[in-house]
Amino acid sequence: MARVIVDVMLKPEILDPQGQAIARALPRLGFSGISEIRQGKRFEVEIEGPADEAALADVRKMAETLLANTVIEDYSVRVEAQ
Amino acid sequence: MSAARVGVVTFPGTLDDQDAARAVRHAGGEAVPLWHADRDLKGVDAVFLPGGFSYGDYLRCGAISRFAPLMEELIPAARAGLPVLGTCNGFQILCEAHLLPGALTRNEGLHYVCRDQRILVENAATAWTGDYTPGQEILLPVKHGEGRYVADTATIGALESGGQIVFRYLGGNPNGSMNDIAGISNEAGNVVGLMPHPEHAVEELTGAPSVDGRGFFTSILKRFVNL
Repeated sequence: MARVIVDVMLKPEILDPQGQAIARALPRLGFSGISEIRQGKRFEVEIEGPADEAALADVRKMAETLLANTVIEDYSVRVEAQ
Repeated sequence: MSAARVGVVTFPGTLDDQDAARAVRHAGGEAVPLWHADRDLKGVDAVFLPGGFSYGDYLRCGAISRFAPLMEELIPAARAGLPVLGTCNGFQILCEAHLLPGALTRNEGLHYVCRDQRILVENAATAWTGDYTPGQEILLPVKHGEGRYVADTATIGALESGGQIVFRYLGGNPNGSMNDIAGISNEAGNVVGLMPHPEHAVEELTGAPSVDGRGFFTSILKRFVNL
């Protein structure tokens, strides 16, 4: 058993109006010194076997196929420490 | 001469399939219901992917629908020349399926926009726009929260120079789309996607702002009468 984390973020050049709205709300709550916020998605993929290279290749394929739209998003894959 | 048969796809969460089918019949065609879980296009002459919130818009709009069993039949058929029109969620599905380039993202102003929108028809040579004239202005309803068309610079350049920008917003861009893009086609012109809703603008009876949407349906039907 292992947990693999896939983080998906809009590419830097893609406008993120949700992140902008969050950034605009923060000063009203007393948080200062924030120059930008970008919002993304985190997927926790529980795999049955070990997180070996074959399993990670599978997760990357999953990210490429479904979890991320690589036209507008980047993704990264990492194994969460037990 | 039998009427052209236009398939109208229903996914779980599709909203506009009844209006789309009605618009096909109104123009004199036969509307053929297609179900997302069937691997069967029922021999239709063309396919309409209507709007709504297929699969609840989970993950990304159209991301899960794009892998529906019906889409596995539709994608190769569209690549081989079958005319396909996607409006709103249908446009999002066509982009997710890579039948059209680019993607549709959250509206710039974050608001869901529902209004009557002036549209410029720029390309009247696609399978779905033959009954319009280039430069014609039409009025169609828009209603979406994620309709901001984006693509990389090279793709936008290729769309512009190839005449693939079929529709542009006039009188204010409702979602912040790049180059005011409202709808595009593939290179061959058989696949067209747009955010506005022609199927909601075919009859005065329904309170539509115009009947300017009729041209989509008459265009595709004429195409098959002429075969």
